[in-house]
Amino acid sequence: MTGKYLFNKYYNLSNIISLILFIMSIFFLIFKGLNYGVDFKGGTLIELRSDNTNYKTEDIRGAFNKLNLDDLSVKRFGAEGDYVIKFKRSDLNEPDFIKNLKNDLDNYLEDYSFRRVENVGPKVSAELLQDGVTAIAIALAAMLIYIWFRFEWQFSIGAIIAIFHDVIITLGIFSLLSLEINLSIVAAVLTIVGYSMNDTVVIFDRVRENLKKYADIKIFDLTNLSINETLSRTLITSVTTLLALLSIFFFGGEILKGFSFAMILGVILGTYSSIFIANPVLVYFKVSQKTLIKEED
Amino acid sequence: MLYFSRLKIISIIVFCLSLIFFSISNFINNEDFFLKKKVNLGLDLQGGSYLLLEVDKNPVINQTLQSKLTQVRNYFKKKEIKTFDYKLGKQKVLFKSDTNDQEKILELFKNDNELNPYFDVYKSYQYNVELIDNIFELTLTKYGIIEIEQSLLDQAIEIVRKRVDEVGTNEPSITKSGSNRIAVELPGLDNPDRIKSLLGRTANLTFRFVTQNTDASFGSEKLKDLDTGEELNVSKRIIISGDNLIDAKPQMDNINNETVVSFTLDRLGARKFGRATKNGIGKQLAIVLDNQIISAPVIRDVIASGSGQISGGFTFQSATDLALLLRSGALPAPLDIIEERTVGPDLGEDSIKAGVLSLIIGFILVILYMFYKYRLFGLISNFALIVNLFMLLGFLTLFEATLTLPGIAGIILTVGMAVDANVLIFERIKEELKKEKNKVIAFDNGYTLSRTAILDANITTIIAALILFVFGSGPVKGFSVTLSIGILTTLFSVYYIARLLTSLYVIKNKNNEVTIK
Repeated sequence: MTGKYLFNKYYNLSNIISLILFIMSIFFLIFKGLNYGVDFKGGTLIELRSDNTNYKTEDIRGAFNKLNLDDLSVKRFGAEGDYVIKFKRSDLNEPDFIKNLKNDLDNYLEDYSFRRVENVGPKVSAELLQDGVTAIAIALAAMLIYIWFRFEWQFSIGAIIAIFHDVIITLGIFSLLSLEINLSIVAAVLTIVGYSMNDTVVIFDRVRENLKKYADIKIFDLTNLSINETLSRTLITSVTTLLALLSIFFFGGEILKGFSFAMILGVILGTYSSIFIANPVLVYFKVSQKTLIKEED
Repeated sequence: MLYFSRLKIISIIVFCLSLIFFSISNFINNEDFFLKKKVNLGLDLQGGSYLLLEVDKNPVINQTLQSKLTQVRNYFKKKEIKTFDYKLGKQKVLFKSDTNDQEKILELFKNDNELNPYFDVYKSYQYNVELIDNIFELTLTKYGIIEIEQSLLDQAIEIVRKRVDEVGTNEPSITKSGSNRIAVELPGLDNPDRIKSLLGRTANLTFRFVTQNTDASFGSEKLKDLDTGEELNVSKRIIISGDNLIDAKPQMDNINNETVVSFTLDRLGARKFGRATKNGIGKQLAIVLDNQIISAPVIRDVIASGSGQISGGFTFQSATDLALLLRSGALPAPLDIIEERTVGPDLGEDSIKAGVLSLIIGFILVILYMFYKYRLFGLISNFALIVNLFMLLGFLTLFEATLTLPGIAGIILTVGMAVDANVLIFERIKEELKKEKNKVIAFDNGYTLSRTAILDANITTIIAALILFVFGSGPVKGFSVTLSIGILTTLFSVYYIARLLTSLYVIKNKNNEVTIK
């Protein structure tokens, strides 16, 4: 009685793959780093729309290049004619900066408008970054404490490893693809933490229930049974959440693309890790009926 | 868990209907609807400007220390205690005294409230006094600085409000942020340049004489004349300042055919100005704004009427701005714009469209999938989901919460995750039906046994959302708001609406075949 699908056969394999992905992600995060947006790096972001269909990205870039801006980047942004321009600015306090910029730009471009302008000073960006990191750290700690209350420490460690796995690999993929990290990505990461925890807890809940029920089944098979019993729920919830996220990704506009992409990665990783990471940890710790009894004493 | 009393059923229906009722006010033109509440749209959806200003407290702290220095010197002179070598250090006042007076001086700083005010609220003195190498060091305490910051911020926010109001933007919101910042939200404003240039100036106006020799008691400084570009030596003695102004407006001067700013002085100012112009005929009077000379006319006649004109090669726009700045008064300290986010109205509109479109598509996909998976129970779950959405919107309306683009994403995500609880329950019921012949008991067990998992799952998500609410800023905060309210309405819709419908169905079909596909 171990369930229809033998997930536990792949515990070792999946853990090796995850470990490799995890180490690669850490490697990328250390050596390539994250591509911080203006929220965290400071600087200016302009979303520009041009009605002149003859312009190519190079034309826009060329025009901005003439303005002597530091650290300039020009990228297409969604629909044709939409661009995002980012650069560093030394003096945020010059009130006429954008006005002057437009005046200068008028010499090189026509039929354009600024749809969005964001200026973030170095002080604010440093604070936002710190707040973001603090928020994620506190979320992880809060999850750890919560599950500690609800389960035994072995479960707690399993869940936290799974969450770390999801967050680090998501960020690793963002680093690999040089995708922008901004405030909404922090929101996505926090939601991933919640989601991954949620998925893991549902399976753990079943593991604990089964531990009480079946004294003779070893944890290796017991986890597999529990995964199978909760499998359809795990999949259905992942599917509905992914349907909602894909809808944001494809129809929600450019601004939410990064957010929904991070969430999609997170949901896939979270579903995978709650099966293939969190459960093997219980096996390694040799969790048994005694673990529960000991805790209850 | 399947039994509902009649009273409970009625309360559930009333509760849902009232929230749905609130949500409806967002869809109709409610000019004559008694309920005028609507969900606020964030700046990212309706377009507008957000500015974060930081008050630069350092000049004021220096000023405070400067006047403290004078006060302390006079204080000890009056007490006939010899103190000397006064110096203004970095954020501190330094002075010396005879060695045998040192004890006494330290004592006075502890006991005399005039010399060193004690704040009961903070349980702290305003100044810290230390004797280091026979030199007294006077520094502001932490609370001394907070006290300055607070009064500074109060004054600054008042002036900012006046200036923004004068420009006449639509429902601006001006709030304190932290100990030294002001957040300005200007809905619908897609070009904040004018506001920025108005807020970027302290608008400290003074009328002072131009002197050749250095004024003995007040000193003088060299300032640049914007009109001619040359530097003039201007006395530090202030004849009148912007505080004495009661009105200022732009005017066309027909004689010289240029725009000027005409001003009216209060009585005290008029008297001072009259006296100064009487004594100073033939002298040059410098009109100084933020340490730059706008113009320096030669006084030809006594001006006793208390009104006058400032000319300085203004355009009509710059004269209007200057008049506005003078009317609203000077800022107590310079403001730095440390963050600015502006969204054009067309982008906001596009974002709303995209957000709503993705919400509808996501919603339809989830509903179809649930129907495909659970058929009749899918319908029940879908019905609960629809009510859930309206309740969520109802709560947002009731609290007049601000809906942002990430907030819409939060709603869509709620749609995706809201079905989770019902899925957990239905899957559990399926398992129970295999074991248990009595359907009512099987359904009841399904609900009971899945409850802890559902609570765990939702509590973890709500923890994440609350943390985001505390640490998130701007539009992202809107995400945590919709996500957390979404979780609460989800739990309600699952346990009261879906469960009610399920129980009605099961009890009615007790003896028939009931399966969850």
